Amino acid sequence: MYLTREEERILEGEEGEILAKMMEILVKVGEIYHADRLIPITSAQISGVSYNTIGDSGLHFLNSLKGAKVRVLTTLNPLAFDERYLYELGVDEKTYNKQMEIIKAYVDIGVKTTATCTPYYFDNIPKFGEHIAWAESSAVIYVNSIIGARTNREGAITALASALIGKTPNYGLHLEKKRKATHLVELDFQPEGEEYPLLGLLLGERVKGIPYLRIGGNYDDFKLMGAAMAASGSVAMYHVENFTPEYRKALHDDVERIFIERKELENNASCEDVELVAIGCPHVSPSELRRIADYLKGKKKRTGVELWIFVARSVKERYPELIRMIENFGGKVMVDTCVVVSNAGKIYHTIGTNSGKAAFYLAKEKFGGAKVVVRDLYTLLRSVVQ
Amino acid sequence: MILRGRVIVRGKAEGYVVKCDKPVVILGDINEREGTACGKSVVNKIFVFPCGAGSTVGSYTIYGLRYYGNAPAGMILQEAETIVTAGAIIAEIPTVDRIEISKIKEGDYVRMEDGIVEIISSRPHS
Repeated sequence: MYLTREEERILEGEEGEILAKMMEILVKVGEIYHADRLIPITSAQISGVSYNTIGDSGLHFLNSLKGAKVRVLTTLNPLAFDERYLYELGVDEKTYNKQMEIIKAYVDIGVKTTATCTPYYFDNIPKFGEHIAWAESSAVIYVNSIIGARTNREGAITALASALIGKTPNYGLHLEKKRKATHLVELDFQPEGEEYPLLGLLLGERVKGIPYLRIGGNYDDFKLMGAAMAASGSVAMYHVENFTPEYRKALHDDVERIFIERKELENNASCEDVELVAIGCPHVSPSELRRIADYLKGKKKRTGVELWIFVARSVKERYPELIRMIENFGGKVMVDTCVVVSNAGKIYHTIGTNSGKAAFYLAKEKFGGAKVVVRDLYTLLRSVVQ
Repeated sequence: MILRGRVIVRGKAEGYVVKCDKPVVILGDINEREGTACGKSVVNKIFVFPCGAGSTVGSYTIYGLRYYGNAPAGMILQEAETIVTAGAIIAEIPTVDRIEISKIKEGDYVRMEDGIVEIISSRPHS
C-alpha cells in the first residue's frame, strides 16, 4: 500500500503515539483488504457509545485519546438513555455517570454528540460520490444505497481512527467496481407495510453482497428494509430499480438470481397484546414523525400499553408541534437513545415494532429476549388507540 | 514445525494453545472480565481461532481483555478481519494471520515472533 511522506511520518510517531496507533489501524486494515492507498474522507459516524456495550474498558480507551482531535465532521451513535426518562428506562446512577464520562471523552476529541443512528436527516448529510467512514450498519446501508455516498461497514474503532486521521483505506465500496449488484432478487409480490423489514431480514440471511430489487416503496420503507438487512447479515448496500441513484450501472451478466415468495415472510403473531409499541429503529424521519402525530392527534391512548417513539434530537427540535401532539396522546418521544441500546428490552417482555432490526436484536438473550411482533406503522398505532 | 503467516501486530509471545474451531463472535463469545473465549481461559495463552465475527463494537472487547489483565499472550488466526485487527492493535497483542490453524492443536506449546509460528511441543496442557 502506498503511503505519502506525511502518512509515513504519522505512522512513525512524529505526531504522537495516539495518531501513530490510529494510522497503524488504517494501514493494517488497508493491507488486509488490498487497498492501494488512503483517501480523504468528508465525515465520520462513530458507534461504541452506550456504556451498556463498551463498559469501563471502552471508557478507559476513549480517555487515552485525550489531546487528539478529529479532522472531519464526526457524529455519534445513540447512547443508553434519554436524560428525561431515566426512571422509565431503568437507568442506575453508575450507568448515568459512566455514560456522561463517555460523552465527555468524545466531546474532548471534537466529536459532535448527535447521538443518533440517522445523522443523514440534519446532522451529517453526505453527498453523492463522497467518501466517508461510517460505523452504524443501518446508516451505512442508507447512505450507500439511497444517497450514493461511499463507505465500507466500518467498526467502532476504524471509524474513530478515520475521524482522527481524516482518511480511510481505499477498498470495497469506495471503488466503483465493487458497488455493482451481486444478486438479482425476484419476488412473487410487491411488498406492503411490514413486509419491507421482513424482506430485509430474509435478504440479510441469504445475500452476501449487494442485492438488486425491482420493487416500489418510499424512503422510509427502504430505510426499514435496509436496516433489517444490515442487522441479520453483513449487507452494506442495495439497489432499487428506478429509485436508488446507482441502479443503472449495477446489473451485469453474472449476477446470481434468488427467488423469494411472499409466504416465506412468516409473521403471524398479533400486536394487540404487547406491553410496548416502539417506533424509531432507525430513528424516525420527519415524514414518519408527521404521520404518527397526525394519526394520534385528538385521540387517547388505551391503558396497559406504552408508545415510545425514538428520534434524533435535531429532528425533534424542528417539530415541537408534532412532539406535543404525540405527548398529548400519551406517547413518549425519546432522543439520544433507542429501543435496542437502552434497557427497554429488559423492562418489557412483549414488544411491537415496525423495525426488523429491533426485532432481530431484542429477541436475543443479551438484549432481554423479548417476544417481538413486527407490524407496519398504522397497524401499530391503531393498536394503542382507545 | 514452523508455520509462516502475515503479521497483524508485531511481537514475541509463547505459551500453550487455547483453540476455538468456529468463527468467534467477539461481542458475545468473549468475556473480557473473566478472560474466557467460548468458555475457556485465554489469559496468557496463545489464542487460536479461524476469524472474528459479529458486532464491530467487538474491538472494544479485545481491548477489555488487556484492561482487565486477561489478555492472551498472542493470537493466531486463519484470516483476520477489521474487528480483530483493530482490537489487537489497540490492545497490543502480538497477532498473526494466514496460518493453517488445522496444524495447531489445543494444548500445543507454541512460540511466535512476527509472522513466524513455531510449534515446540504437542503435549497436552497441564
